[in-house]
Amino acid sequence: MWAILTLLVENKPGILFKVTHLFRSRNFNIDSISVGVTDNPEYSRMTITTYGDEKQVEQIVKQLDKMIDTIEVKHLDEHKTVYRELSIFKIKLSNANDSMEVNKLANAYGGKIHDVRKESIMVELTATPDQIRAFEELAKPFGIIEVARTGVAALQRSGA
Amino acid sequence: MNKMETMTGARALMVAMEKEGVKEVFGLPGGANLPMYDEFARCNIRHILVRHEQSAAHMADGFGRVSRKPGVCFATSGPGATNILTGIATAQADSSPMIAVTGQVPVAMIGKDAFQESDIIGMANPVVKYAFQPRTPGEIPGVVRKGFYIAETGRPGPVLIDIPKDVQQKEANMIFPDEFKIRGYNPWTDPDIVHVERAIEMLLSAERPIILAGGGTIISSAFAELQSIAELLMIPVVTTFKGKGAFPENHPLSLGPIGMHGHAEANKMMTEADCVLAIGTRFSDRSVGTFEAFEKRLKIIHMDVDPAEIGKNQTTSVAVVGDVRASLRIMVKMLMQRATKRTEENTWIKHVKETKAYWKENLKLHPGEMGAAKILRKLREVLPRESIVTTEVGQHQMWASLFYDVIQPGTFFSSTGLGTMGWGFPAAIGAKVARPDVPVVDIAGDGSFSMTENSLATAVLEDIPVIVFLLNNFTLGMVAQWQRTFYNRRMIGVDQGKCPDYVKLAESYGAQGIRAQSMDELDKAIKTALKSDVATVIDIPIDPEEDVLPFVAPGTSLADMILPS
Ligand SMILES: Cc1ncc(C[n+]2csc(CCOP(=O)(O)OP(=O)(O)O)c2C)c(N)n1
Ligand SMILES: [Mg+2]
Repeated sequence: MWAILTLLVENKPGILFKVTHLFRSRNFNIDSISVGVTDNPEYSRMTITTYGDEKQVEQIVKQLDKMIDTIEVKHLDEHKTVYRELSIFKIKLSNANDSMEVNKLANAYGGKIHDVRKESIMVELTATPDQIRAFEELAKPFGIIEVARTGVAALQRSGA
Repeated sequence: MNKMETMTGARALMVAMEKEGVKEVFGLPGGANLPMYDEFARCNIRHILVRHEQSAAHMADGFGRVSRKPGVCFATSGPGATNILTGIATAQADSSPMIAVTGQVPVAMIGKDAFQESDIIGMANPVVKYAFQPRTPGEIPGVVRKGFYIAETGRPGPVLIDIPKDVQQKEANMIFPDEFKIRGYNPWTDPDIVHVERAIEMLLSAERPIILAGGGTIISSAFAELQSIAELLMIPVVTTFKGKGAFPENHPLSLGPIGMHGHAEANKMMTEADCVLAIGTRFSDRSVGTFEAFEKRLKIIHMDVDPAEIGKNQTTSVAVVGDVRASLRIMVKMLMQRATKRTEENTWIKHVKETKAYWKENLKLHPGEMGAAKILRKLREVLPRESIVTTEVGQHQMWASLFYDVIQPGTFFSSTGLGTMGWGFPAAIGAKVARPDVPVVDIAGDGSFSMTENSLATAVLEDIPVIVFLLNNFTLGMVAQWQRTFYNRRMIGVDQGKCPDYVKLAESYGAQGIRAQSMDELDKAIKTALKSDVATVIDIPIDPEEDVLPFVAPGTSLADMILPS
């Protein structure tokens, strides 16, 4: 099971270390992690995506909750959550047509074009991890030079 | 209103600790904690000097388990701090309240690989309940207040306070807070009454119910409540090893500890039960064997203060989260209202009693005069009931579990989670500091005692007369037993020679050393030790070939228990 966890934590040094250490020492997986300060500078929000069966995910949530620096830990229901990841792809351009084709592909996924060169082009894509993976598959034939991804950020929908 | 006072960080630490009721600190000084040490000259806290910081941590641990108030240990930065790590990890594994205060290099030197700098916060993170590193002196009063609160509430544990030297030295206007808030920490949950009721239903409808009392029962002192429930419902009681003595072991319903070296009758009845009320236990593999086999055909009611324990190792049918004493109290009250006393002898209880009687008669023991069972039964016979016993780790520890009956609940302590050799002796010293009015005995093995034997200096110089009851097989006996059992008797790295002579060793420290080679001598030795006002080592040579049995081999289930042939 793929799970999205959202954590409200104290905005203090060392918290990210403790959270990732917990995953390592308890034998849990981190698929992605993103951190940023909230509107209240005393708190940060962490979004962690992870894999595990239902029991494992329940354990992860409980162990995170037990941490003294976590104020709130939630396992989010994908269907009641807005979640996105930012990715940047540097893609190879081999012939004159490629530029147009990559443009088209980026458009189809709602991506933005940056840094157009003769031999390469950059695409910025904000989407769900699945969509990013799908885009990556389609971009592969052109030749992917480099990828950077931020990990998922997520918030529960209101009323959910 | 809190009055503001100007003082150094070091002074603030001591004042704050006095406010917490600290009377003793176990430790050893060095460059980075000297400002704190200098403050002992000006406060009412006694410093107890150790010869190795690991022992300071174990002493604080022993103190904490007995008094249920955090024991405090001090160490300097770098090697002092790394030396206490084993002690901190031991306390964490057994949920023992502790405050460890380390000196650190000055703030400006952190990260510069300074002399005796170690990232103790980073190293200790997975083995502490929480760690603080105040960067300004004004933080110290709040840190101490919160540290003690965290260490002793909910599921207790060790808290590390790492103080850079300049933070100890600098002055600030100090406010000692009475009230504080830790947003992410809510140690107490009120037990859910509906769940308690469901638990009662389940116990009443079970055919073969059993109670499994874990260490949490002792930590929360739920002795009376546990006994009431067992007696009201006529349910037999087994314990984990850490829960040993949560229930009087001379009680007709007591079966003793289950587990790898559990009592035969306890393991047998545990595997036959259809419903268990598990109180304050984490279902460690050493207690339950393989997880899958244990939970098969068994309905589990789990009471624990730590919600993360529910469902971690075992699937539960009913969970009651909260202080186990509070949960049991509710249960007792509900049972009283229902007036459901199951006094009459049912078939299960009859079967339990028969099984118990059978194993009392038929467990094969070492034939010699100085067999382990006889030695530990002798100790039990002579020791007053209120005596506190600690143990080291090894065969002697498991023999203590099998043959030393704890009659007064909460008088038996051991390193059960981490299994730290060398824990028992310093822990006994800490226990004696907490309870100078009762005899304190460390049931020891020679290998374990060797690890922290230099605490004899502390016992003698600080006038803390504990008894080391040394079952001396001149061997790392437990390892030797595994080599006999699983490695075709290839004995490697277990022979301790006849080195040292523990009587002379004790005497060289100014302690009393007595060798006991017969039951008569042993009887006399224990009585002499009890009367004496100096620490005593009773060296009891035993057969190095004696095995601890029963034995549930690792990776097997309680039903696969190996019995003496
Ligand atoms: C610090 C530490 N190192 C190693 C072990 C592994 N170990 C467990 S029991 C044991 C032997 C203990 O010997 P002793 O104290 O003489 O007790 P005995 O088994 O002989 O009664 C060892 C080496 C341990 N538990 N702790
Ligand atoms: Mg030995």
